[in-house]
Amino acid sequence: MRSKFLRNLLAAPLALSLGGCHLVLLHSAGAVAARQSGLMIASVFLMLLIIVPVLIAIAVIAWRYRASANPPDYDPDWEHSSTLELLVWAAPLMIIIALGAMTWIGTHQLDPYRPVDHADYPRSVIANVKPLRIDVVSLEWKWLFLYPDYGIATVNQVAAPVGVPIRFHLTAATMMDSFFVPAIAGQIYTMPGMQTVLHAVVDRPGSYRGFSANYSGSGFTDMRFRMLGMSAGDFARWVAQVKAAGGDLNRETYARLALPSRAEPVHYYATFSPDLYSRILDRCVQPGETCMSRMMARDAGRATPAGRHPAGRHGRTETNL
Amino acid sequence: MTPHRSAWLHFLLGRLTLSAIPYDNPIILWTFVVVATLGAAVLGAITYHRLWGYLWREWFTSIDHKRIGIMYLVLAIVMLLRGFADAVMMRTQQAIAFGSHLGYLPPHHYDQIFTAHGSIMIFFVAMPLIVGLMNYVMPMQIGARDVAFPFLNNFSFWMTVAGAVLFMLSLFIGDFARTGWLGYPPVSELRQSPGVGVDYYIWGLQIAGVGTLLSGINMVVTILKMRAPGMTLMRMPVFTWAALCSNALIVAAFPILTAALALLALDRYAGTHFFTSSLGGNVMMYINLIWIWGHPEVYILILPMFGVYSEVVATFSGKRLFGYSSMVYATVAIMILSYLVWLHHFFTMGSGADVNSFFALTTMIISIPTGVKIFNWLFTMYRGRVRYDVPMLWTIGFLFTFTIGGMTGVMLSVAPADFMLHNSLFVVAHFHNVIIGGVVFGAFAAINYWFPKAFGFRLDPFWGKVSFWFWLVGYWVAFTPLYVLGLMGVTRRLSHFTDPRLQIWFQIAAVGSGLIFLGILAFLVQIYVSIRRREALRDATGDPWNGRTLEWSTSSPPPAYNFAFTPLVHDRDAWTDMKRRGFVRPTSGFRPIHMPKNTSAGVVLGALSLCCGFGLVWHIAWLAVAAFVGIVAVAIANSFDYHRDHHIPAEEVDRVEREYRRRLAAPASTP
Amino acid sequence: MSTTTHDSVTRDATQFYCTEEPHPENGTLLGFWIYLMSDCFIFASLFACYAVLGTRYAAGPSPRDLFDLPMLALNTALLLLSSVTFGFAMLEMARDRRGPTLAWLAVAGAFAAGFVALEIHEFARMIAAGAGPDRSAFLSSFFTLVGTHGLHVTVGIVWLVTLMTQIARHGLNETNRRRLNCLSMFWHFLDLIWVGVFSFVYLVGVLR
Repeated sequence: MRSKFLRNLLAAPLALSLGGCHLVLLHSAGAVAARQSGLMIASVFLMLLIIVPVLIAIAVIAWRYRASANPPDYDPDWEHSSTLELLVWAAPLMIIIALGAMTWIGTHQLDPYRPVDHADYPRSVIANVKPLRIDVVSLEWKWLFLYPDYGIATVNQVAAPVGVPIRFHLTAATMMDSFFVPAIAGQIYTMPGMQTVLHAVVDRPGSYRGFSANYSGSGFTDMRFRMLGMSAGDFARWVAQVKAAGGDLNRETYARLALPSRAEPVHYYATFSPDLYSRILDRCVQPGETCMSRMMARDAGRATPAGRHPAGRHGRTETNL
Repeated sequence: MTPHRSAWLHFLLGRLTLSAIPYDNPIILWTFVVVATLGAAVLGAITYHRLWGYLWREWFTSIDHKRIGIMYLVLAIVMLLRGFADAVMMRTQQAIAFGSHLGYLPPHHYDQIFTAHGSIMIFFVAMPLIVGLMNYVMPMQIGARDVAFPFLNNFSFWMTVAGAVLFMLSLFIGDFARTGWLGYPPVSELRQSPGVGVDYYIWGLQIAGVGTLLSGINMVVTILKMRAPGMTLMRMPVFTWAALCSNALIVAAFPILTAALALLALDRYAGTHFFTSSLGGNVMMYINLIWIWGHPEVYILILPMFGVYSEVVATFSGKRLFGYSSMVYATVAIMILSYLVWLHHFFTMGSGADVNSFFALTTMIISIPTGVKIFNWLFTMYRGRVRYDVPMLWTIGFLFTFTIGGMTGVMLSVAPADFMLHNSLFVVAHFHNVIIGGVVFGAFAAINYWFPKAFGFRLDPFWGKVSFWFWLVGYWVAFTPLYVLGLMGVTRRLSHFTDPRLQIWFQIAAVGSGLIFLGILAFLVQIYVSIRRREALRDATGDPWNGRTLEWSTSSPPPAYNFAFTPLVHDRDAWTDMKRRGFVRPTSGFRPIHMPKNTSAGVVLGALSLCCGFGLVWHIAWLAVAAFVGIVAVAIANSFDYHRDHHIPAEEVDRVEREYRRRLAAPASTP
Repeated sequence: MSTTTHDSVTRDATQFYCTEEPHPENGTLLGFWIYLMSDCFIFASLFACYAVLGTRYAAGPSPRDLFDLPMLALNTALLLLSSVTFGFAMLEMARDRRGPTLAWLAVAGAFAAGFVALEIHEFARMIAAGAGPDRSAFLSSFFTLVGTHGLHVTVGIVWLVTLMTQIARHGLNETNRRRLNCLSMFWHFLDLIWVGVFSFVYLVGVLR
């Protein structure tokens, strides 16, 4: 009786951590996220090689050399040992060299700008097709998704066929957000007037939680969306459903959509103005606004002798031209 | 209150109106009632006991580094209560705001609370803690009578207070920033935050920042110029080394914060386009600048605490510190490296893989010198005779907690992993792990360690242990759930949740914050009980722990001049060396000691800065201008005072030293 | 802490304290120098902003439209002359001659005041032409960088006047000499910054 109670008591935290919570970061549904969390777990194990001995040593030494035990080898002047000094510098150094190599390779392979293809992810089924392009705009406080290949647009819901590489182009209307679907791929910032890129692929059908991971004002908490992974057939039906919903996203409807709102319900647009995304990025959706690209072209033309064109990519976050 | 105010009223009050006072918000109203009652009680007690004159003469205008150090610590503890109240409110909100229940804090209020919590804890708790400790301890460790610029020290303190007061005013007049503790644009730009919140944030930090910077310069010069003869750089106590590195970082990092905040202020006040998203502004610039300050800042906070642990471990192990030179090189390495890692705070901004890898690697490299330190503390205990007094308990708690925090830190430095963990509650858990486990535990170790030096009696060990265990257990109960939630993909700064599976973890975290509350309470009880039992806890020797460095060679509390004669240093553990080789206290030959005079200019300048800041926040031009002119005038007038010092007569020194020798000779009153 | 005390310390290990009061050298100059280095970081941040934003004209005026090189030459000459004359004042201080020191300081101050006046005039002209700090990121960073330098010069002038009063009243005593040394460092530091502004902002701006 008593032992059973004890066993339950001990098992409770374990059950809680395994059954009670869904550690989405460790149960990915996308190849990119899987690799990222794999690297995370590998780094933990590598570090435990040194952390566990250190924790044990703290406990052992703290107990062994307590004053009440009157340790016999007490030596108030012992302060140096070349062997130990070498060890304390070398041990963490070795771990960091290994971890650093892992990180260097991982950071390059998992660069969000690097297209997802089969060669990098041999264990995922990735179709050898042209990536699906999705343009993403973070608005106050909702997500707008534009499918240039299909001519449709959605709010707070994004869908993609399983196994097809996706190329997200991301920007923001006014605030700085972070586009994040934990089950599928790591996050990336969205910033007004600038474009970031994220490559990802969905491995399994399902509905995945997405949100902004960067505080952007009072409606930020409700800035959630769903990412749907579907079979090719389901995806075609979903596109048809969006088209059937009707509605056009043009300058006027966009201006209304861009007004701050909270917990915006999912809705669809059958069509959108083809230059909408580039105009949002260019910050000249509304009539009368001068496009940044035109301003910068004028600036560049003014400042440089003809032929040279200095303005360009700043790092990898592409400032719009 | 009316939209059309007369021009005269507008001139007089700027944008300040009656509606700025949030009397309609019951939470703030009650906070105000409690604060006002407590404040009135304290002020009343001071008046009743006729302490104003004493406080003014002996404390507020004091240029004694010891008094200023203690005032910094008092400020830190008061602000800790405010910052912690914010923490409890956040934990409560997140524990109950699920599904249809929206909690008790609307985003408008909740967002102010997390901003205030972060900025107060860093700028007005952690910073005053380390500045106060360095102020109190460092000059005595190097055998100096005061810091290099005693007046500047007093001024720095009052500027910090002015910044803190401005932050506190935002609670009751207007509101505070809703931006997160670093005030990132575009949220902090005028378009999104037209109110006074961000302005309170900017001017509070700018005013306090002046104090911090000047105090940093002061300490660096003190350490470089005022060490006792014989104390070479490699004979300095490790705490002093840590203070040197920390202050060097302050001098090199805080100007960048000043610049970043000034540019943000220009965007808000002058319509410039530094960080706006139109006409060429660039928000990435702010984020880079603020983190070029922000990352060194965390090392500014932790380095002095590493110094504290080094002192405590050596003292309570009854042994020289293991690997002194390693420790010094590690500290210097951390200082330099802390400048090369800032981008790891935004791997997700879209920099290239090469840039991200570079900053990931530099970040990991910092863990090497940090690891060396952990090993050195361990080997200091090895072959020692470890006494588990309260400061040592905090140190052991630190070793366990900080090691884990270091590990999660390195996890976050793996750039691809950070793409998953960035801005999540995992990050929140990590930095609380190292700041509570490192800075706060260190502060409690230091307070328990040096309290008897400052006041002549020890802190009650029973309540100290109670406080320690509540803090240690409370920390783990409060933040382990946040690690788990981070791995569940929960981001930070959310005020409401939909997924009911998360709630249990937030509830556990709330319980943890309750335990930490008991830890803080036990600390306050510890101080109260210790004052009541001060005769039983009295330390007549000035050296209650068998200390190793010079501050333990003076009486407790030390005389205003610290040392009747400037010590000569022959060894790293100078006081241990003196004790071993039969040091005898001088009995004659005392000379008058040259000391700086007290001054009220620091208080006045601090108060004027506060007025100037308040005027700027509320666009009350006349107040800002008048206060600014006042600052310049007082500073100039002050420079016309050429008689800033006095001599303590030799007879007075003789009397004080005689009294100390008498106490030393008397049989010890405590076991 | 002079080296002689230090040597005697290491030799006589039986002594635990100095019977003679050691006279640590005054830390003011070092402290002020460290302050200047920290000020350098402020300017470094502003230069960095200008480097990033300095070509963002937002279809507005560019350096070529705005910068008046002859005026700039005059401005620079004023500042450099002010530095040279301040140097003369320091030489006179070394000779312990109060009158000439004050006279040269006055000349240095006048040159600096001329510099500030010209700068204000330039700023006013630009703002009147619609090229104020709110026009573009380039102009924001330009006004802030150059204005911060100008503000420093203004503070320097206020300090100079204060110090001249103090020298007139109390003579070239130790305190005033120390202060004059600090101000001298400040004065030349601002010159150095101006060299940076001149080359990096004006010359590069016009040549670009």
